[in-house]
Amino acid sequence: MPRTIPPWEIKRELLTKAENTTNPKYGHTPSERPAKEYIQYGTINLDKPAGPTSHEVAAWVKKIMHLSTIGHGGTLEA
Amino acid sequence: MTGILPITLEDATKVVQVFLYGGKEYVCVMKLHGDVKEEQIKPVLKEFEDEIYQRPPLRSSVKRQLRTRRIYYIDYLEVDGRNVLFKVGCEAGTYIRKLCFDIGEILGVGAHMQELRRTRSGPFTETSATRVTLHDVAYWFGEWEEKKDEAILHKFIEPMENALVLLPKIVVRDSAVDALCHGANLTAPGVLSVGSGIEKGSILGIFTLKGEAVALAKALASTEEMLDLKHGAVAGLQRVLMPRGTYPRVWKTGSGA
Repeated sequence: MPRTIPPWEIKRELLTKAENTTNPKYGHTPSERPAKEYIQYGTINLDKPAGPTSHEVAAWVKKIMHLSTIGHGGTLEA
Repeated sequence: MTGILPITLEDATKVVQVFLYGGKEYVCVMKLHGDVKEEQIKPVLKEFEDEIYQRPPLRSSVKRQLRTRRIYYIDYLEVDGRNVLFKVGCEAGTYIRKLCFDIGEILGVGAHMQELRRTRSGPFTETSATRVTLHDVAYWFGEWEEKKDEAILHKFIEPMENALVLLPKIVVRDSAVDALCHGANLTAPGVLSVGSGIEKGSILGIFTLKGEAVALAKALASTEEMLDLKHGAVAGLQRVLMPRGTYPRVWKTGSGA
């Protein structure tokens, strides 16, 4: 069987159509967002323990960090 | 089950669909119900590196109709008695329990899934420097509340842009950003650069020159067409990620202002 390339092995190039600059007055490079925004637009690469459900784990993170909304990327259940 | 469970905080929850539809990798212990030689197991695992048919199990949240899922690879790791350890890279929505059952049928002895650990969800992997446990989250958040040093946040939180790195992308000029934040489709003049391999219908990320995610969109043209087009819509907006007003509004209103 020919092995299909998984999405994480696909190499993509960025091709330039036009040159331009960005005004430093607006927005932030993601890694330089102020703390509140850094959290608000943040994700966590969580290693789920055995036992609790994905939903419970997400709810714990929400409580620990006093957040208003939380989501998780696909259940990981038995 | 254990392993990678990406968590999206507050407004980053808008990108969660990218994980739901992204590929996964698991390490699995399959328990055989009879004795099979190691040399017989390996070729059978390789047979499943293909498009496979699966019917969702009785206890599932989706309609139970036959569907296909792509297995990118199955790498045999080791065998210990009747326990077989392997790594599998697959499309979202593949049932590994079902896969083990089917492998058991082909081997002729029967098998079931004994243990499962997710080692990848889209771009997030267990070997990443930012992978954390619940304990880490509680500890680092406590440290952050006490010291208010932003470097602490970077130890356990990644920008939502990191969730989008496997998507093809389009970079747009500052003047195109606010219209996108209002839900307008992306038109050709706003495009600065385009990722290779985009086809009509591809889901892609639209970014600023600073690398901020503006929106998720569906391509209305291919990479080549986007590079050529002088006007017209090139991507239809699916999900706005950036709040309105982050960049100045430079587009004209209907009254000709």
